Amino acid sequence: MRPFSYERATDAAGAAKAAAEHPNAKFIAGGTNLLDLMKLEIEHPAHLIDIGRLPLAAIEDTADGGLRIGAMVTNSRLAADERVRARYPVLVQAIVAGGSGQLRNKATTGGNLLQRTRCAYFYDTTKPCNKRLPGSGCSALEGLNRNSAILGASQACIATHPSDMAVALSILDAQVEVVSDNSRTIPLEDLHRLPGDTPHIETSLSAGELITAVVLPPPPSGGQVYRKVRDRASYAAGLASVAVAGGRMAFGAVAHKPWRAHLAEAVLAGGGSPSEAIAAELAPARSNGRNQFKIDLLHRLVPVAVETARSQGRGA
Amino acid sequence: MTQVADWAGSNPIKENRSRLIGKAVDRYEGPLKVSGTAAYAHEVVPPSPPAYGVMVPSTIARGRILSVDLAAARAAPGVALAWSHFDVPEQAPRNVMLNFFQPLTTPAFEFDRVSYWGEQVAFVVADTLENATAAAALVKVDYEIEAPEVTFDPIGDEGEHPPGESDVQVGDFAAAFAAAPVRVDAVWRTPPQNHCTMEPCATTAWWEGDKLTVHASVQLVRKTQHGLAETLKIPPENVHLLTRYIGGGFGAKASWYEDLTLAALASREIGRPVKVAFTRQQMMHGTIHRPATRLHARLGATPDGKLTAMSLITQTHLGRVGNFVERGSNFSRPLYSAPNRLTGHRIFHLDLPVAGAMRAPGEGSGTLAFECAMDELAEKLGIDPLELRVINEPEVNPEDGRPFSSRQLTRCLREGAERFGWDKRVSVPGRVRDGRWTLGLGMATAIRGSSLLPAKASFTVDAEGVITVKQGMTDIGTGTYTVLGQIAAETMGVPLKSVRVEIGDSELPPAPGSGGQFGAATAGSACFEAGMNLRKAIVEIAVADPASPLYGGPSENVTFQDGIVAISNRSETIAELIRRNRPDGLTVEGEIKPAEDSGKWSTQTYGAHFVEVGIDTVTGEVRVRRMLGVFAAGRILNYKTARSQLTGGMIWGVGSALTEGNAFDPRYGSFINQDMAAYLVPVQADIGELDAIMLDEEDEKANPMGIKGVGELGISGAGAAVANAIYNACGVRVRDYPITPDKVLAGLMALGK
Ligand SMILES: Cc1cc2nc3c(=O)[nH]c(=O)nc-3n(C[C@H](O)[C@H](O)[C@H](O)COP(=O)(O)OP(=O)(O)OC[C@H]3O[C@@H](n4cnc5c(N)ncnc54)[C@H](O)[C@@H]3O)c2cc1C
Ligand code: SF4
Repeated sequence: MRPFSYERATDAAGAAKAAAEHPNAKFIAGGTNLLDLMKLEIEHPAHLIDIGRLPLAAIEDTADGGLRIGAMVTNSRLAADERVRARYPVLVQAIVAGGSGQLRNKATTGGNLLQRTRCAYFYDTTKPCNKRLPGSGCSALEGLNRNSAILGASQACIATHPSDMAVALSILDAQVEVVSDNSRTIPLEDLHRLPGDTPHIETSLSAGELITAVVLPPPPSGGQVYRKVRDRASYAAGLASVAVAGGRMAFGAVAHKPWRAHLAEAVLAGGGSPSEAIAAELAPARSNGRNQFKIDLLHRLVPVAVETARSQGRGA
Repeated sequence: MTQVADWAGSNPIKENRSRLIGKAVDRYEGPLKVSGTAAYAHEVVPPSPPAYGVMVPSTIARGRILSVDLAAARAAPGVALAWSHFDVPEQAPRNVMLNFFQPLTTPAFEFDRVSYWGEQVAFVVADTLENATAAAALVKVDYEIEAPEVTFDPIGDEGEHPPGESDVQVGDFAAAFAAAPVRVDAVWRTPPQNHCTMEPCATTAWWEGDKLTVHASVQLVRKTQHGLAETLKIPPENVHLLTRYIGGGFGAKASWYEDLTLAALASREIGRPVKVAFTRQQMMHGTIHRPATRLHARLGATPDGKLTAMSLITQTHLGRVGNFVERGSNFSRPLYSAPNRLTGHRIFHLDLPVAGAMRAPGEGSGTLAFECAMDELAEKLGIDPLELRVINEPEVNPEDGRPFSSRQLTRCLREGAERFGWDKRVSVPGRVRDGRWTLGLGMATAIRGSSLLPAKASFTVDAEGVITVKQGMTDIGTGTYTVLGQIAAETMGVPLKSVRVEIGDSELPPAPGSGGQFGAATAGSACFEAGMNLRKAIVEIAVADPASPLYGGPSENVTFQDGIVAISNRSETIAELIRRNRPDGLTVEGEIKPAEDSGKWSTQTYGAHFVEVGIDTVTGEVRVRRMLGVFAAGRILNYKTARSQLTGGMIWGVGSALTEGNAFDPRYGSFINQDMAAYLVPVQADIGELDAIMLDEEDEKANPMGIKGVGELGISGAGAAVANAIYNACGVRVRDYPITPDKVLAGLMALGK
């Protein structure tokens, strides 16, 4: 870890201002991702702005029947909230499928969205990695790429976004509220980017923009389900995951961002079968060798998840 | 010389008057560890403020170090010292371990050559860990890079024999196998595995004059002490090595590493204590790992299930450094009868990190093939896999005809089958469903050698009647402190609370340490002997003391119970006797040596594993639902710590079968997984119902107490039982470990499922 300066922010505007003043500043929320990255010298911010005490830890009802989730709400609290459990079970299932109890107690809503990839080469600073060191090359491309992306990847980077929570949020049409000198709202789907030629640029946030909340519209009608496939029963990154809510679906661990499956949704909406839907979505899918199984896996998993959601929807 | 027959008579442990032997006593150091009050090597507070050392590993797998630029590191804040090959103080050259008792030297930065990725190439010491870490990042190493040879992928049984070793052949395997009506001939692969001890290797060292004190995290006290002394070229008595509390070893700490050498050298250089620890990432390459294997198993049988031919050939890799061989075939030699046999090992030297002992080296890999081959053979024969084992149960060691010291494998199998409900198994795969899950049962045999090594111990009794056990033994989390206390209390006939155990110190009577599941039998037997000698000494004092009611003897038929020495109806407390005669306490040593004739018997521990798994038919995910092990491993000293050892081993078996494994990226020669978020050991949720049962047994040929080891038995065969259950559940045989969802999925799809 390299030396850094530290300050604790007291209000959101102040935090954003401090970020604007320090060229190489980072917000630190739960720290569960950032601290690891700093210890391994993957990230080396010169200045940390601790947002842990910002008054952003509330879950509030919105006028339209949705929820506004403060950026500092922990994953554990969010998954335990009665309103979330009743209205957005897919979000609860996704959150508890992530990390461990200890991690979820520290992990925050904002931090979870901005966690970085688990690509092994990204973590090994002695290896070429365009995301860590732009222009150095991508070690995963011809390497041990079992966990790599099958959708939307580029020759520059085939990493996946590891968040489970974000996959559920994407089918809930969540909006992300951010502040800097002014505030704006970004659809969650537009928060994360595909790698293209600039895999080091992962989101549409500008430097110093602070996430203050995630806003959920009322839930879509129909059943909701999150299914995550992983190497061990708990505390493991996904091999692939599927979130379904009514006619919407998204995949996790298969792309550089939570993968909202619009093509599949359109097929379903047009009366197609779940198998036809997933086939349409996966038509452009590409493997790099060891991650080929993810394609097979989604072909099998998605119809089952859709069926489960439908039967739940009928039951409700 | 001791003969095995000398151990046959009765003794206090066998009599077990206070019922302390076997009692499920809680681990003495458990509360200290979980409350953070047990000081691990890196946490020990030295006599003056320490400096912190950070190692810099190589970023190439093979090549030459042209130069190391330490200028920036030396100029960094707080830095006291920086070294590389070019300026490290003189040390003894690295030696080769020729036998277990030989201490290994661990010179740091010996050569200008890099022989594996992650080998330590430089070192920085600073006033704080943070400054040292920051400075270490400034070290620049210039290499002449050579392409590493790291791919281990033999296609046939080729390869070099380990030095001095040839295949073991009995009868004519080739002919018998060719003639066998029913045959299995298949190849299994196991990946490199990392120990993942919770506590990384670490050292705190300081000097007083020419005397060095080191607190290290090691399994073997005396060997490490001597190895370090030899490395530093100083007399062993000038090295005081302590290792009081250890956060897991699994074999990784039966070797020792540059942290030890560098902490000692640096502390001498800068005249203050120095702490050095491996990071989690450095542990993966900079210490040892279990090497990958290719296991070729062949079994031939007659239709009635009698094995006529068996063979297991293990191929494995070594680094350029070290000579450890994963002997994956050895365990199969005493296992089943078959008149024609061929077993052996082949090695490949590659530019890889140092291969080493991990969790039942040999069995931990070999059973993953051989016990699955038995399952495949059973299916071909149409015989229950458990019955196949029983049919081939040998009366004597099938390789050399030696009698077994004790062997209750069949009882383990039968008792396990009964308790587990093995009769409910449907032999046709894939017939039992539970919603989207398909369920299956599997079993396998466990076997692991048991040995006794030379060891000493001392017992001191003080004027309060408290017995202090002293021994240069280690407790790596297995319960050694506790079982030594139980042995002492039972031998001396005192309550457990009147016993103190001091171990983990090179100045105490030497014991080999923890490893190879010889720990409890070896250290425990020495303690038992020390106790017997102390009893003798106490009796001598008593019968010669006119003030004692025991005065005049007779010295035979003396009992020790509840802290009281008694001869028929006359008695006195040990405390009173010692207070009067030896107010400053009385110390007596004891020693155990292997019996001269112990080689006449084949001494093993045994068990049977039973596993139920569920397989998600959509995703190929495997989840263990139930697991039972039934073991016969001699007299059990403590049913709680023994059970923990056994169930712990079984859990590692689940890891070996389902999740654990690392891979070398051939381009770089480095492991892909470098932390415990990526290298997956089993977690709580991976383990369903789990139990281990120990059969009554006393192995009179093993040692005076009739105990054997349990530390490594639990993993032997456990992973194979999981693999066999997977087959029974879904009809997919994956012979390439670990059996991850992608592989099961491919199998399901190949079956059209
Ligand atoms: C071993 C391990 C296993 C894991 N497994 C899973 C898993 O299975 N599934 C899963 O989904 N996740 C998993 N995680 C990731 C975990 O969910 C994230 O680490 C966590 O959600 C990050 O939240 P945090 O508050 O700790 O973020 P921090 O580490 O504090 O921050 C992460 C990043 O977000 C930025 N940031 C934080 N808050 C804001 C804000 N309000 N505005 C702008 N920027 C902000 C920080 O600057 C930083 O760049 C795992 C993590 C670990 C260590
Ligand atoms: S996939 Fe992306 S993160 Fe992984 S090595 Fe390639 S560039 Fe780096």
